[in-house]
Amino acid sequence: MVYLQLLWSFFQIGLFSFGGGYAAMPLIQHQVVELRGWLTMTQFSDIVTISQMTPGPIAINSATFVGIRVAGLPGAVVATLGCVLPSCIIVMALAFLYERYRGLSLVQGILGGLRPAVVAMIASAGISLLVLALWGEDVTSLTDPQQVQWPSVAIFAAGFLVLRKWKPDPILILLGSGAAGIVLYSLV
Amino acid sequence: MEKRPYRALFLSTFQLSAFTFGGGYVIVPLMRKKFVDQLHWLEEQEMLDLTAIAQSAPGPIAVNASILVGYHVAGVLGALLTMLGTVMPPLIIISVISLFYAAFRDNYFVNLAMIGMQAGVAAIICDVVISMALNIWKQHRLLPVLVLAGAFAATQFLDVNMILVILVCGCIGAADTCRRGRQLRKEGKA
Repeated sequence: MVYLQLLWSFFQIGLFSFGGGYAAMPLIQHQVVELRGWLTMTQFSDIVTISQMTPGPIAINSATFVGIRVAGLPGAVVATLGCVLPSCIIVMALAFLYERYRGLSLVQGILGGLRPAVVAMIASAGISLLVLALWGEDVTSLTDPQQVQWPSVAIFAAGFLVLRKWKPDPILILLGSGAAGIVLYSLV
Repeated sequence: MEKRPYRALFLSTFQLSAFTFGGGYVIVPLMRKKFVDQLHWLEEQEMLDLTAIAQSAPGPIAVNASILVGYHVAGVLGALLTMLGTVMPPLIIISVISLFYAAFRDNYFVNLAMIGMQAGVAAIICDVVISMALNIWKQHRLLPVLVLAGAFAATQFLDVNMILVILVCGCIGAADTCRRGRQLRKEGKA
């Protein structure tokens, strides 16, 4: 019974969260805190914090977290399954249509209009991330040099140069910058 | 593709997902580096198409994009494998963390590593955005550049809903194709 509730709640979260990331947050909060009472508001804000600190989409992270609290590991698996099931069905259908019809000139035109828009949206998301990385969360003024996190600037610059010059596996950049974070911020 | 690279599909998405902090778009530049630059499974244009589709469908973008890449490379089974590869790292990590999450959240060294990785992710995104913007620029057409600038202004400064941006840009592309088609036919008649 509780498994069915988990499946259904996270199925709805998966189905109605367009735009990904933080767009899903109010939906998760509504289902998990208000409707079912599986988490308190404090626990919910903890899972948001942890989601920022760990890899993976916030919807999957909270599905796992809530599932485990409510019904152990099987609960986590069921909730995660519910969360990805809508994507799985809808996206697979879209993938089929794309592979089949992308040769049509009208579809080509539509995709041609979308490509620059996608680049723009990635750029926009990148800028928010860059600000967060180089100035931190509590920034009040971007021009105040005291608020710039210089070790992060150094890691960013080094990572960027290495990427442009040697084109390494991005995983190496992430591991390296994590290690550099520990070393540099311990020294400061 | 002669042999369907099931194992490589699962392992590469598992790896990417395990290191994709922050969610949302962050995984797209990583995927582009891995699948377009390193493994050559996709063309850059295809990666952008798949990203647009991933964005327009409900659900986490990371999951959607990996399903699309998996399907493109190796059909339905490929899609299921990449989805599994993307979902498993957060499932495992959060399961472990939920046992002692207060200690994790407040750990000094974990926090330092996270801060460092944020800077690393920002570097990767900058690198990829520059490469992609240069490719758009190299088409030597005004419209894609205008669409890029307009879409950027709309999302960055005006806070317009991304679904709306996608819809409008798709319509612009369709209208442009119709216009150019008519022009070609006119020139053919004359």
